[in-house]
Amino acid sequence: MTATAAPPEAPAPAEPPVHRPSLRKRLVPYWLLLPGILWLLVFFVLPMAYQASTSVQTGSLEEGFEVTWHFRTYWDALAEYYPQFLRSLLYAGTATLLCLLLGYPLAYLIAFKAGRWRNLLLVLVIAPFFTSFLIRTLAWKTILADGGPVVAVLNSVGFLDVTSWLGLTQGERVLATPLAVVCGLTYNFLPFMILPLYTSLERIDARLHEAAGDLYATPATTFRKVTFPLSMPGVVSGTLLTFIPASGDYVNAELLGSTDTRMIGNVIQSQYLRILDYPTAAALSFILMAAVLVMVTIYIRRAGTEDLV
Amino acid sequence: MTDKTAGGDVRLAGISKHYGTFTAVHPLDLTIPQGSFFALLGASGCGKTTTLRMIAGLEEPSTGTVHLGDRDVTQLPPYKRPVNTVFQSYALFPHLSIFENVAFGLRRRGIKSVKKQVEDMLELVELGQFAQRKPHQLSGGQQQRVAVARALINHPQVLLLDEPLGALDLKLRRQMQLELKRIQTEVGITFVHVTHDQEEAMTMADTVAVMNGGRVEQLGAPAELYENPRTTFVANFLGTSNLIEAEVLEAGGDDVTVASAGTKLRLPRARCSTAPKAGGRLLVGVRPEKISLVPAAEEGSVAAGRNKVPGRIADSSFIGVSTQFVVDSPVCPELEVYVQNIERDDRLVPGAEVVLHWNPEHTFGLDAAQDIDAGVETVEEGA
Repeated sequence: MTATAAPPEAPAPAEPPVHRPSLRKRLVPYWLLLPGILWLLVFFVLPMAYQASTSVQTGSLEEGFEVTWHFRTYWDALAEYYPQFLRSLLYAGTATLLCLLLGYPLAYLIAFKAGRWRNLLLVLVIAPFFTSFLIRTLAWKTILADGGPVVAVLNSVGFLDVTSWLGLTQGERVLATPLAVVCGLTYNFLPFMILPLYTSLERIDARLHEAAGDLYATPATTFRKVTFPLSMPGVVSGTLLTFIPASGDYVNAELLGSTDTRMIGNVIQSQYLRILDYPTAAALSFILMAAVLVMVTIYIRRAGTEDLV
Repeated sequence: MTDKTAGGDVRLAGISKHYGTFTAVHPLDLTIPQGSFFALLGASGCGKTTTLRMIAGLEEPSTGTVHLGDRDVTQLPPYKRPVNTVFQSYALFPHLSIFENVAFGLRRRGIKSVKKQVEDMLELVELGQFAQRKPHQLSGGQQQRVAVARALINHPQVLLLDEPLGALDLKLRRQMQLELKRIQTEVGITFVHVTHDQEEAMTMADTVAVMNGGRVEQLGAPAELYENPRTTFVANFLGTSNLIEAEVLEAGGDDVTVASAGTKLRLPRARCSTAPKAGGRLLVGVRPEKISLVPAAEEGSVAAGRNKVPGRIADSSFIGVSTQFVVDSPVCPELEVYVQNIERDDRLVPGAEVVLHWNPEHTFGLDAAQDIDAGVETVEEGA
């Protein structure tokens, strides 16, 4: 098989008619792309460009803002709000880890052990989406209310003593503490962890478990050497789907936290809506985006899942 | 697990498996001699894979015991049994290189310096240069050899092969059959091979156990099974048999004389799986390649003492080395005859009146109380 075509000057008197797809057919993919592209252009690319320009403007609401290429805003914003930045990453990271610890066993159970209960369990995993994010977070406010049964139990078993010592709670309160915010984040993003984990676990051929057992691997070693490495695509996408939105979230910190637990999302929100310092808000948004992008890139590189998919 | 301790037969005693009310394997006693190439042959659902999985420890028997040599391994989990399995679709670990796949069992047993052993094993299966590839970069036949290498490197007492060639095309399958046979001779480990392909079982195994409906129908060397089937299932499942329903006329001497549709046939008493009684019924069997064909006009040329049956050729198909005829005969509606293409007789065409004849020694007798078509369809599926 030669990849190069026959020379064009070769005489071809009885050349068979070449069937080229009509123009209409060749345009079909572009027509199918058009709505999506238009949507993203109007609602993603344009606002991004607008935000980028805002972030280098100076001025005030009364005098109007104008582009002065004032990049110092980025530096000032970072210098002032880096505690909230770090806190965001810490809370989001902790919540992601908790999601993984809670979600993995559940996804494993649904994928391998649930039998005919599998579909019901999957529906239950996404059931929280049937009510609003806000309502569910407000419900947590009631669940974790001072003197409520949850707090009473946590207190009586000495859990709160440990978390207080760790600085996660204060005294007999859970609400308005870092613990409450992390709990809320964990709860709200858990399905985003479970579903990708389930998808990648479910794809693993059960015979690989048998093969590992047949080759002298104990069940624990089978998990460590076969199941877990093969579920890495799910772990990676699950942690990304949890970490990225959690690090920008402000609802949980707003409703379940206090001024000491403000995350970067809360800062951006108040810069926009209360302080009306649009350039700082825009700069903070871009810093968050860049930070997340860099972290995600490093993470994907290190997780090395390219071979698996 | 090393060559020194390798020893002893595989003994299954009263082993059975039920799933709820369904019995996959009826209580079964089987001894597989050390160093033999043993095949469990049967159609899908006959219990052969379940039997194999019980030896591997992947399936817990409902009753009975599994012994390897003197050791009762019935209660041992698979990872503690000195047996290894080549799975039906290989079950290679997709995230590990070929080298790591083969080294897997050694590493699990805490063996540190695996390099030499793995390289030698990959040489044995002629895959040395593929060590660093991933399984999906290999062809089916290569993956199959990796699966064999991955199991064999552990020097198991028994190597279990679950339809290992099922996913390969015909030509590759033939090649791998010889390859596996070569490896088995070279390493001298007991191989237990599950297959639905009767030709594969006969080519490779020293001993074949034909299974049907969760029981072993017959056990023996391939030639023994082929020449002396004891049930209609074995007669039909292993190759093709012409089975003629006949009435026993005389059963006194070394030969039994029977009659079917007015035609007298003889067969040796020793080749009857059931004791024939005068006046009783018997299924008379003969393999298609044992039969010769002559045009009816030349009936006189047939040597005396041979079994002779008249008929008319209904169909013939030329397949190169031989021609297969289907002959419509009063004794049996569709007798199959395979004739070697040495000298082709132009008169043997569909519609021609012929005489079929064969040596009475090549005839076997089966109990007439069985389903005459048992095992027939499954042969088509397996081929």
